[in-house]
Amino acid sequence: MEILEYGFMQRALLASLMVGLVAPAVGIFLVQRRLSLLGDGLGHVALTGVAIGVLTSTAPVGAALVAAVLGAVLIELVRARGRTSGDVALAVLFYGGIAGGVVLLSLAPRGSATNLDAYLFGAITTTSAEDLAVFAAITLAVLAVVGLLGQRLYAVSDDEEYARAVGLPVLALNIVLAALVASTVVLSMRVVGLLLISALMIVPSAVAQLVARSFRQALYLACGIGLVVSVSGTTASYYTGTPSGGTIVLLAIAVFLVVAAAVALREATARRRHRRRGDVHAAHPHEHGPGCGHQAVPHGDHVDYDHDGHLHAPHLTGTGVHYDEHGTDAAPADRPATEGAR
Amino acid sequence: MTARSPGDVAVRLHDASIGYDDVPIVARVDLTVRHGEAIAVLGSNGSGKTTLARGLLGLAPVLGGDVEILGAPVGRLRDPGRIGYVPQRHTVSGAVPATVREVVSVGRLARLGLFRRLRAADRVAVGEAVAAVGLADRMEEPIASLSGGQQRRVLVARALAAQPELLIMDEPTAGVDAASQDALAEVLARVSAAGTTLLVVTHETGPLASVLARAVVVDQGRISYDGPLAGAASGSGEHHCGPVADAGRPGYRLDQPTVTARPVRSLGGGR
Ligand SMILES: Nc1ncnc2c1ncn2[C@@H]1O[C@H](COP(=O)(O)OP(=O)(O)OP(=O)(O)O)[C@@H](O)[C@H]1O
Ligand SMILES: [Mg+2]
Ligand SMILES: [Zn+2]
Ligand SMILES: [Zn+2]
Ligand SMILES: [Zn+2]
Ligand SMILES: [Zn+2]
Repeated sequence: MEILEYGFMQRALLASLMVGLVAPAVGIFLVQRRLSLLGDGLGHVALTGVAIGVLTSTAPVGAALVAAVLGAVLIELVRARGRTSGDVALAVLFYGGIAGGVVLLSLAPRGSATNLDAYLFGAITTTSAEDLAVFAAITLAVLAVVGLLGQRLYAVSDDEEYARAVGLPVLALNIVLAALVASTVVLSMRVVGLLLISALMIVPSAVAQLVARSFRQALYLACGIGLVVSVSGTTASYYTGTPSGGTIVLLAIAVFLVVAAAVALREATARRRHRRRGDVHAAHPHEHGPGCGHQAVPHGDHVDYDHDGHLHAPHLTGTGVHYDEHGTDAAPADRPATEGAR
Repeated sequence: MTARSPGDVAVRLHDASIGYDDVPIVARVDLTVRHGEAIAVLGSNGSGKTTLARGLLGLAPVLGGDVEILGAPVGRLRDPGRIGYVPQRHTVSGAVPATVREVVSVGRLARLGLFRRLRAADRVAVGEAVAAVGLADRMEEPIASLSGGQQRRVLVARALAAQPELLIMDEPTAGVDAASQDALAEVLARVSAAGTTLLVVTHETGPLASVLARAVVVDQGRISYDGPLAGAASGSGEHHCGPVADAGRPGYRLDQPTVTARPVRSLGGGR
């Protein structure tokens, strides 16, 4: 691998590895809460932080982290007050953050590092060894908090009202989550840029959401997908000369489209097979019922009828009742006849 | 956890008003529920039953008067995890798939403080709660793949898993079939006998009538009846016309699917 011979590419790949792992681990809670745009809003706020860092000649990354965390806490407090809707609060952050960043950066003295593009779109190859150390610290901190509080964060994201009713510290957990998002934003700034940060948090989770059966599975899957697209996107961008951020995000979206298509195809096939099986019994001489001559077999929450050695479960579809085949011990593949299946 | 004599007060509302946006829905209500009591909250649609329950839980603002729950003003409860709650909302809402086990496990979390993890005893409680609502074999399935009534039962299990001192249920039997209602009545009888205070909002006491001794009827935000369930007036009409509480009213409960019944569940899953 010639690409690994360059120090800047080694650092770039390490950075993308950390980002790919961390962004979905936090993003999945945002997806769960349907608050996908929080990452975007905090990304914009981080730009103001960057600008302040440049203006005061302190470390832009540190200043961005402080600004994003403050913004995160602020937005949760506003949401908790309940007066302004979270939506409006987000919008104010969005526009205030980016406007503040652009205006402040324009005030910076000539000669300072005011490369706006690098922050907006990422500049992964400029990652320094010191940056890597900061990134590693953020990665460890975020993963540790998710490991420690993940179940609580899930609880609050899943049903905030229940969490509040039974006495979970909802506000504190929301602030923790927002702070995690802020940290992730700053971590991802170099790799994907402030404008595309949300994509790496959300898209892998959206893929996982399509195929996972449990939340835990979805979390691991999203992290895996994030890791793969992040590292391979960075590698690809080296060979194609395209910006790393856009390449990674396009790759993630490609994965999403492929998986979504595969899921849709599988469902269509299952539906077709189901309909075909229904046709076999379209010419069924009668509707099963008490005393129809077939043995009734209770099966979970419904009754099957033994029809020449296989079990029939009445099932209502758009075109009328047909019969699903239910094995003697198999769980029903779909819901049997319920409302109006007369 | 805490030793209590049955006479202690679990819930006390004194001249309490609860509402939204400064508009009281429940107005100037007095109500006292002692530990270990099992009480039905009846009343017509929109009378304020859910608002009352949400006020107790700190989910709807108390606009006036005093509301005390488990000995502390609303929202000031010291050790969390002493309350179980079944919301009226039908389903679980999260966008990411979650299994029955994951949803019900949330019921245990509040007891564990901020950092402790679920232990063997917690997993046993989760398993028992899921078994109590008859879904033990669906434990690892994504909740979205269950029917509406089954999802409802998962939310009941989540509240049971907490093994709470006070269990507030908002129409736990809505959309739940007769067999599962019977099973729920059995479970509630058991936790009630063990000392749990029950507050159950419902339109049809049905099989729960054997558990819920006392009833309050909410009528346009006020309590119009407080006494034995058997004497409670109809919650579904404007006028109080005769007892509703005769649980076994024929025709209300459809028979559970038996060998002779037609293959239809009693109450539809979704609403
Ligand atoms: N979030 C809310 N904001 C404002 N008003 C509300 C809100 N929720 C309920 N209300 C109003 O409060 C009144 C009582 O509603 P509530 O949900 O307490 O009734 P309920 O007795 O539980 O009825 P049901 O039997 O239909 O569940 C209704 O008139 C309703 O319009
Ligand atoms: Mg209600
Ligand atoms: Zn037949
Ligand atoms: Zn079918
Ligand atoms: Zn057949
Ligand atoms: Zn069957």
